Amino acid sequence: MRETLSVSQSEDHPSTRRDFIYYATGGVGAVAAGAAVWPLVNQMNPSADTRAASSLRVDVADVAEGTQMTVLFLGKPVFIRRRTADEIEAARAVALSELPDDVARNDNISDDASASDENRTLSNFEGENTGEWLVMQGVCTHLGCVPLGDGAGDFGGWFCPCHGSHYDTAGRIRRGPAPENLPVPTASFVEESVILLG
Amino acid sequence: MSGIPHDHYEPKTGIEKWLHSRLPVVGLLYDTLMIPTPKNLNWMWIWGIVLAFCLVLQIVTGIILVMHYTPHVDLAFASIEHIMRNVNGGWAIRYIHMNGASLFFIAVYLHIFRGLYYGSYKAPREVTWIIGMLIYLMMMGTAFLGYVLPWGQMSFWGATVITGLFGAIPFVGEAIQTWLLGGPAVDNATLNRFLSLHYLLPFVIAGLVVVHIWAFHTTGNNNPTGVEVRRNTRKEADADTLPFWPYFVIKDFFALAVVLTAFFAVVGFMPNYLGHPDNYIEANALATPAHIVPEWYFLPFYAILRAFTADVMIVQIVSWLTGGIVDAKFFGVIAMFGAIAVMALAPWLDTSSVRSGRYRPMFKWWFWLLGVDFMVLMWCGSQPAEPPYSVISLIGSAYWFGYFLVVLPLLGIFEKPLPQPETIEDDFKEHYGKSGSADATTPAE
Repeated sequence: MRETLSVSQSEDHPSTRRDFIYYATGGVGAVAAGAAVWPLVNQMNPSADTRAASSLRVDVADVAEGTQMTVLFLGKPVFIRRRTADEIEAARAVALSELPDDVARNDNISDDASASDENRTLSNFEGENTGEWLVMQGVCTHLGCVPLGDGAGDFGGWFCPCHGSHYDTAGRIRRGPAPENLPVPTASFVEESVILLG
Repeated sequence: MSGIPHDHYEPKTGIEKWLHSRLPVVGLLYDTLMIPTPKNLNWMWIWGIVLAFCLVLQIVTGIILVMHYTPHVDLAFASIEHIMRNVNGGWAIRYIHMNGASLFFIAVYLHIFRGLYYGSYKAPREVTWIIGMLIYLMMMGTAFLGYVLPWGQMSFWGATVITGLFGAIPFVGEAIQTWLLGGPAVDNATLNRFLSLHYLLPFVIAGLVVVHIWAFHTTGNNNPTGVEVRRNTRKEADADTLPFWPYFVIKDFFALAVVLTAFFAVVGFMPNYLGHPDNYIEANALATPAHIVPEWYFLPFYAILRAFTADVMIVQIVSWLTGGIVDAKFFGVIAMFGAIAVMALAPWLDTSSVRSGRYRPMFKWWFWLLGVDFMVLMWCGSQPAEPPYSVISLIGSAYWFGYFLVVLPLLGIFEKPLPQPETIEDDFKEHYGKSGSADATTPAE
């Protein structure tokens, strides 16, 4: 061993072996430091019990036309609104070109679906998309406040009091700093009057 | 320590010599306390002591409050009321801590604007300035975290809005936001870690304060003339300076006493004047207060955050140039942090060879306009985000950036400065007459 070492040291790159050990040690040290730090960082991510609470059954039998209920789901409010014929008509009359965000933002359909009113609403238990049921996360896409409902704002839908974002009767952003439409979470009717969130 | 010639510590007794050869801590304290200080410092140089006092006040009252506070979403709000009603003297400790934060920010803003006017940020004090900006950022972080702890409506929704800022970062924003919150929304995990960090950061600030003082003890203090202390001979240095102890310590303590008189008047008679009634309503995830407003000391930057909406031309241009990656929301966040970043870069943006604003006739006007701009932005931040406030916010934000990015660089080229005094001694004599000469201020032995 000593022989080989002295031979290699007499060559053009006498410290090649030492260089290798140097960088290998440094590399292993960096990986070890990263591995040691990661748990310290990752402990701040959502804990197992937080991640487990991921679905909720909501009885909507008492929601009359023209009213809405708000439930807390995953720490955030979800609006369930039973829209009036006027609201449906108003939302459907809007051309897509008038919308600042022309994507549906609906977890139940494809990501690039257009923000037409039909792509925002939930089909009832019979599978008909009548436009009556609008289910969306009640979190302003600007900085996370809960918008005021029941016809608030200049477009008869929702209005965020924090920074003045106006949403229409389909929960689509129309004016103000918010960049996106209110997101529609994964939801479906599992009984005549029960919606399953998540 | 300092390049200004002055007396250094000489251990005299046996025990002093014994300790000094093992740990020169007494010498360090002596040199720090006896540091030669320009003798023409005016009353705007008292805010450093006020700030040091605030840090100690907040740490002491904070440690006491934690003894009675419970960081849990079901108990936090009640534990604050427990402190207010049941803990012996708890109401006083909490009101001092609450208003202490405001005093801290009043002092820091006056301290920063002092530095901006007298050019304290300029070479060779850039490092002092940068460390100061870091302290200011840490202070804002600490104040924000602390405001969440009472778990009132403003606490909860303030936390939601501010952590939402991180969610605006393209691609990784949502993951960062979830990581910060420890869940999909502000909840118990958030409250716990906010207490942990709120307790940690003041000690980080204390460490930075030591480095801040070390930096300006190395360069020496700036002074109202911006003229450097002469350090070629001991005689000249003595003519320009006085030791920090006792001259400036006594002066600063007198100022502190006056400031604290006003402070305790507020604590005693109007402790909630600077707060929001909504924070005496327990946090409710289902209802946003009609009007979310941060504490007063965040308002100017909050106004800048809100000013850049999607219908502002520069936002549209940047959005187009980046292919939509920088949207209005992210632009607002960049603008808010950028407003502090341009201030931190002042040493390199200011091209004038004259340090003090006292000898800069044009600069004065722009500086006072910046002061007015700061107050106008503060007022806009407290108003709803709608015309005319949104337009005024935009103009105010434009001037804030314009001052640092356009005015400071150009003034150095176009401005003709007034003559400066040759020495600090000359300036001192001019203000205090013959009796203020170096000989006369030396106390009678």
